[in-house]
Amino acid sequence: MKKVLVLGATSAIAQATVRLLAARGASLYLTGRNAANLDAVTKDAATRGAAKVASQVVDLNDFDTHEALVEAAYTALDGLDGVVLAHGVLGDQAEAQRSWAATEAVLRTNFLSAVSLLTVLANRFEAQKAGTLVVISSVAGDRGRQSNYVYGASKGALNVFLQGLRNRLAKSNVAVVTVKPGFVDTPMTAHLPKNKLFASPEKVARGLLSAADSRKNEVYVPGIWALIMLIIRTIPETVFKRMKL
Amino acid sequence: MKSRESWGRYPQVEQQTHALVWRTDALPRKDGSLLPHGLGRSYGDSCLNAGGTLLLTSGLDRFIAFDPATGVVRCEAGVSLDTILRLAAPRGWFLPVTPGTKFVTVGGAIANDVHGKNHHRGGTFGRYVRRFELLRSDGSRRVCAPDEHPDWYGATIGGLGLTGLVTWAEVQLTPISNPYVLQETVPFGNLDGFLDVARASEKDYEFTMAWVDCLARGKKLGRGLLYRGNFAPPQFDGLPLARSHLSHGVGLAVPMDMPAFCLNRLSVSAFNWLYYHRQNGKPKQRLTHYDPFFYPLDAIYAWNRIYGRRGFLQFQCVVPYSTARDALKEILERSSRGGLPSFLSVLKTFGDIPSPGWLSFPREGVTLAMDFANRGEKTWKLVEDLDRLTRQAGGAVYPAKDARMSPENFAAYFPQRERFMQYVDPSFSSSFWRRVNPVSLPFSLAAERGETASPPPRSLLAIR
Repeated sequence: MKKVLVLGATSAIAQATVRLLAARGASLYLTGRNAANLDAVTKDAATRGAAKVASQVVDLNDFDTHEALVEAAYTALDGLDGVVLAHGVLGDQAEAQRSWAATEAVLRTNFLSAVSLLTVLANRFEAQKAGTLVVISSVAGDRGRQSNYVYGASKGALNVFLQGLRNRLAKSNVAVVTVKPGFVDTPMTAHLPKNKLFASPEKVARGLLSAADSRKNEVYVPGIWALIMLIIRTIPETVFKRMKL
Repeated sequence: MKSRESWGRYPQVEQQTHALVWRTDALPRKDGSLLPHGLGRSYGDSCLNAGGTLLLTSGLDRFIAFDPATGVVRCEAGVSLDTILRLAAPRGWFLPVTPGTKFVTVGGAIANDVHGKNHHRGGTFGRYVRRFELLRSDGSRRVCAPDEHPDWYGATIGGLGLTGLVTWAEVQLTPISNPYVLQETVPFGNLDGFLDVARASEKDYEFTMAWVDCLARGKKLGRGLLYRGNFAPPQFDGLPLARSHLSHGVGLAVPMDMPAFCLNRLSVSAFNWLYYHRQNGKPKQRLTHYDPFFYPLDAIYAWNRIYGRRGFLQFQCVVPYSTARDALKEILERSSRGGLPSFLSVLKTFGDIPSPGWLSFPREGVTLAMDFANRGEKTWKLVEDLDRLTRQAGGAVYPAKDARMSPENFAAYFPQRERFMQYVDPSFSSSFWRRVNPVSLPFSLAAERGETASPPPRSLLAIR
């Protein structure tokens, strides 16, 4: 990936990824909602060696902007061969159970806005017969659990969409990489008590880029989550529904 | 909440933490006081805030600009010196002043106005800080520079993080032709020998420092090895690694807290003897990469754990040349008598270049740094004695390495204290600050005072 659009570039995992891409001398087009924060990430990337950095303040929940955004990225970088889709919200499960509006907000950001963007980007990449689409999903999408099934559903739906997209684009030389991090120590999880399963954003970013480089399909980062989720997926539903997870 | 330690691992305190994420964010509202905390390399309690909140600056780790033509780097306060070297060294720029570890943040280097092997030529880190932004708890932001808010600039450099949060800073780096240092090691037989060779080396060598065998007594008191060096000239540019930044900071690690018996008089004595005699009494020259030259201890990750769970007390003083000979002799004698060997003792001459920081520690004279495993009351008494000898000699003790100096001594060492106090942010404080200013306690911290005021009860010294 030499010319990369990073969506949600101010998220912790995206920032760590941007640093690695910048150090490789990639050209970057960054988006974020907060102008000051996006400016901080943009300047950091430029200083760390990115060949070119452009950015745009945009709320990706506004789907009408997506076409123009992709067009702007193509123009600024003179083409695109990579996308890192990193925007997302954790939401509040309890709040989502009380309110459809809260549930819809999570689905809108994590699933619908991603689908809208990927629709535009997939057609572009399919036409140019090249590129890598990296999407940050979550282990939470592997199985619904009472503690965060709304977030999990948004990621699970995204995973299925990506499977289909991967299947469609395989013949066009476009890689679709689903990255499933476990717990990551970021501002998104600042309120949670930390344990040994928490990985740093830097570690996740390294795993993400190595998966993108080798055009993997689905990866768990860190790798231990492949095992953990295998076990969790294997538990029969009759047992699982009685568990406190 | 999560517990943070200082590098000396003493004292251990309870405090909250708050991770900072963006430099444009407002400070959090908390009960109790705030204190910025970078990589926690201060040894004592100046980077701790018992009962308050530590503002963790490690998230403020972004660069803002770097000009490879001028060597001016602007970055957030949580960027480490290691990170700056990774960016700048391959492009021909080095830190103007560096302490003995590269794992400190820019904010920490400012707050402690750190010094290095080139103090006699270059002064302190603060001299190279062109400007920085200071965020106060009232929400105000000031860009401080020698000619812009000079009072805030002077108060904040060496200001122990108490004047507010430094969000970003701009530092002037120094040009190098390659990453190599031409180093010479010169043995000296005693303290007089050190003073002679150190003074003589100042003119021709950018970097000097000496390791001293603190167990040698009598005529050999103060014997050791002086390291002096300069960055290698351009004819060495062609060597391999010439555009590199070496960082072997994760090579070796002390995997666990070492049990107390590993470090005793015999083992330290053997180490010191072997170290001195490795040299065969003759000067030796060699070419080395800057990393092992400046940061030998960074090669052993978490080396502070060799002192075990009770931690250690660091002691670093500076004494003026007029009293240096006698005072250092007494200090070395007292510590070699103490039965508590210092594992690593370092001597260095400070030059007369003034720092912009009001509370800056370095001043003209000779500085001596030692560390002592925390063995309770005995250690405490020894360090108290060293402190007393320093004060009698008209010297000063370094707050960044201190966990026990008295309010009276602090006032004697830092005559600008009164002026400085007017610039302390009303919402900022530290365990160190409350300890050395017992009359100005911002809120009830009686329990903490009992822990660190001198002389401490024996039981409290055993606190892990």
